[in-house]
Amino acid sequence: MSVLQKYLKQSATYKVISHFLVIFADFLETLGKIAQIGFHTLMCILKGEIDCKELVMQCERFGVSSLPITLSIVGMTSIIVASQVANEMVKQGGGNFVGLLMTILIVREVGVIMSGFAIISMIGSSLASEIATMRVTEQVDAIDVLGVDSIRYLFVPRVLSGAIMMPFIVILSSVIGVLLGAVTSDMFAGLSYRAYFDSVWLGLFMKDLGVCLLKAIVFGATIALISCTCGYNASGGAKGVGLATTKAVVWSFIAIVIWDMIFAVLFFF
Amino acid sequence: MSIEVKNLIKRFEDKTVINDISFKVNDGEILAIVGFSGSGKSTVLKLICGLIPYDEGEIVTSEGDVAMVFQYSALFDSLSVSDNIAFALRERKELRKKYKESEIKNIVSQKLELVGLKGIENKFPSELSGGMQKRVSFARAIVTNPNTILYDEPTAGLDPMSSTLIEDYIVSLKREINAASIVVTHQMSTITRTADRVIMLYDGKIVFEGTPQELLKQDTPYTKQFVTASLEGPMQMQA
Repeated sequence: MSVLQKYLKQSATYKVISHFLVIFADFLETLGKIAQIGFHTLMCILKGEIDCKELVMQCERFGVSSLPITLSIVGMTSIIVASQVANEMVKQGGGNFVGLLMTILIVREVGVIMSGFAIISMIGSSLASEIATMRVTEQVDAIDVLGVDSIRYLFVPRVLSGAIMMPFIVILSSVIGVLLGAVTSDMFAGLSYRAYFDSVWLGLFMKDLGVCLLKAIVFGATIALISCTCGYNASGGAKGVGLATTKAVVWSFIAIVIWDMIFAVLFFF
Repeated sequence: MSIEVKNLIKRFEDKTVINDISFKVNDGEILAIVGFSGSGKSTVLKLICGLIPYDEGEIVTSEGDVAMVFQYSALFDSLSVSDNIAFALRERKELRKKYKESEIKNIVSQKLELVGLKGIENKFPSELSGGMQKRVSFARAIVTNPNTILYDEPTAGLDPMSSTLIEDYIVSLKREINAASIVVTHQMSTITRTADRVIMLYDGKIVFEGTPQELLKQDTPYTKQFVTASLEGPMQMQA
């Protein structure tokens, strides 16, 4: 190695650039793995290779166990938004449109994105750590050696349960959000329930509901796919499980924000 | 010929961990692969069962399943003993069509009886001792009547009596299903009690091939160092 090369390798610029290149390479590798496993999972689903018993168990885990935290987060967000908005709108003479604004906000964005965040923190992290633990304790290897497709066995029920259960979670949390918006508007701005609910349906179209449900399906499947993939590619021991879980949460957050932007551009521009 | 490995090479990035090794294992024969930690023993097993791809060479196994008993059992902790053993029968499409649920239950009972663990079908892995977990993983491995069984350090971490029990099961399973078996180990008792032949790996290469008796004779510097567990000799532990 020449003196110049040695000097360059010790420089801060070299270290910063090489660090970013490593991060970028890891990003591309993870993206490739998600795409590859996602395609394999989709093929299994299209071929009907679905374990119904496992699917029901995963749906219960995805939907029922996450419901209290999801409803709480969406509900509290709605209370915060309504408490800020209702008072100002009533003051400006727009009280008749508080219901409309809250509904559009919750149905288009708050319901689905806050539910997504709640699901990532509760279910995504759990999926990633579960599969990562299976990976580092050689249970995933055991599945493969027994002649069973580990991606079909682990991914299909989990990804499918995400796509199936997320719309139900989003519908329920959005309804709770709109109702709590009415209660909060009444409490903070003295807006009657009638005035609130009269405007709820004014600006809400089937397109909003359709896009909301489509987003929920995509978000649910994406969270499950990314979380399972990060767990599936874990290595090392306890540290590897921790890193896989963190990676799953970070990637899922970023992915659903990107999906949300794509939906906004596609349907509301 | 049940397993034939020809000129196998495996590299991890720049490091060659398996460097041009060849060996054969016949049906009903047990080959022990020995060597110090990091010599590439477990990698050979993972290459044979297809868990990792090899870079050069060839692995030929006769038709049928290749089963593996993992070092730490690798039982599915969310499934009962019965579900662990029946896993392949329920999850593999061709086997699912072949067996009814009542037949699967009978097979599970038979396999558990074979490893001396009758009546624990409904227990979970966490409720079993290390030796029992290992025996359940034997039962799971042989459920499809494989032609090849790979054992990754089957007696590691077990007390002497449990080790003896496991070694006896390895020999009895060989008789029972006439499979070609490879046992990766560095325990002398496992080598002498189970193996028909032994190969020793060091730095990814075969440095000794012979019978357990020839290994114990310590005729070469490698066998002498391994048997006496000496730090002095041609094999150096990696830092």
